[in-house]
Amino acid sequence: MFFDSFTEFMHMGGHGIFVWLSYGITCLIIAQNFIAPVLKRKKVIKDIERQMRREQK
Amino acid sequence: MWSALKRLYHQLGSPKWFYEITTRWSPWFLWIGTALMLVGVVWGLAFAPADYLQGNSFRIIYIHVPAALLSQSAYIMMAVAGLVGLVWKMKMSFVVGKTIAPIGASLAVIALVTGAIWGKPTWGTWWVWDARLTSMLILLFLYMGVMAIYNAIESEEMANKAAAVLALVGSINIPIIKYSVEWWNTLHQPATITLTKKPTMAPEMFIPLVLTIIGFYCWFVVWVFARTRNEILWRERRTKWVKSLLSMGANR
Repeated sequence: MFFDSFTEFMHMGGHGIFVWLSYGITCLIIAQNFIAPVLKRKKVIKDIERQMRREQK
Repeated sequence: MWSALKRLYHQLGSPKWFYEITTRWSPWFLWIGTALMLVGVVWGLAFAPADYLQGNSFRIIYIHVPAALLSQSAYIMMAVAGLVGLVWKMKMSFVVGKTIAPIGASLAVIALVTGAIWGKPTWGTWWVWDARLTSMLILLFLYMGVMAIYNAIESEEMANKAAAVLALVGSINIPIIKYSVEWWNTLHQPATITLTKKPTMAPEMFIPLVLTIIGFYCWFVVWVFARTRNEILWRERRTKWVKSLLSMGANR
């Protein structure tokens, strides 16, 4: 470990706010890239199933 | 050799084949990418030494450089996909190009935002209108242009063609981004990684960067696969294989 304590790790010699803000925003965008297609998949499957039921009637 | 290439081409053009192969490949890319990202980010944040000039703010490099690099690679892939679609009328190629646009845009946003945050402690400013930063902003606009075309043009065939042409014309921006730090005076530092020269960084700083770069590429593959599979399901909804896939109730 490069830092001596957890507080120092968070503080990063005064650069903590910049580093953590960067990683935080990146985390959100990455999460969105993972979640969006999963939600879309559920919607697509639902739409297709609805269509299949309609055609069976 | 030739027949093998020809078979591969037809397989690539087959939505069903793409769907089946990505069912098997996606988990591999997901877990290898996640492992690489975890190791690379923890190493880069907590174990790599601080930069002697920039202090700890340099740790932003472990997300900034992979995102910037990948947003450009993704653009080239999107342009090539458009070209293949235009020349050989391959539908699947257009689909892949379409799915890359929002992902590439999100990566360009990561590169721009982390770059701005990194710039504040390092250059004393969030933003300058210099060649590197401006050309990266144009890259984001190009991605948004492709997305806008798909949103705005009703006819799929027209949208595919227009998006592919925009992607191809815009690819002139890629060498501009790459050489912007050499051709013009800029605040941005020159390339951290080059394939031809030995790294100028210490190995304990450099290795985690390589890990996060490969990790980002793996995740990118997962995202492109996932979005393309959704498109395939919807396009092929009237086919037997999609109907039987859904009636089995598997793969939720």
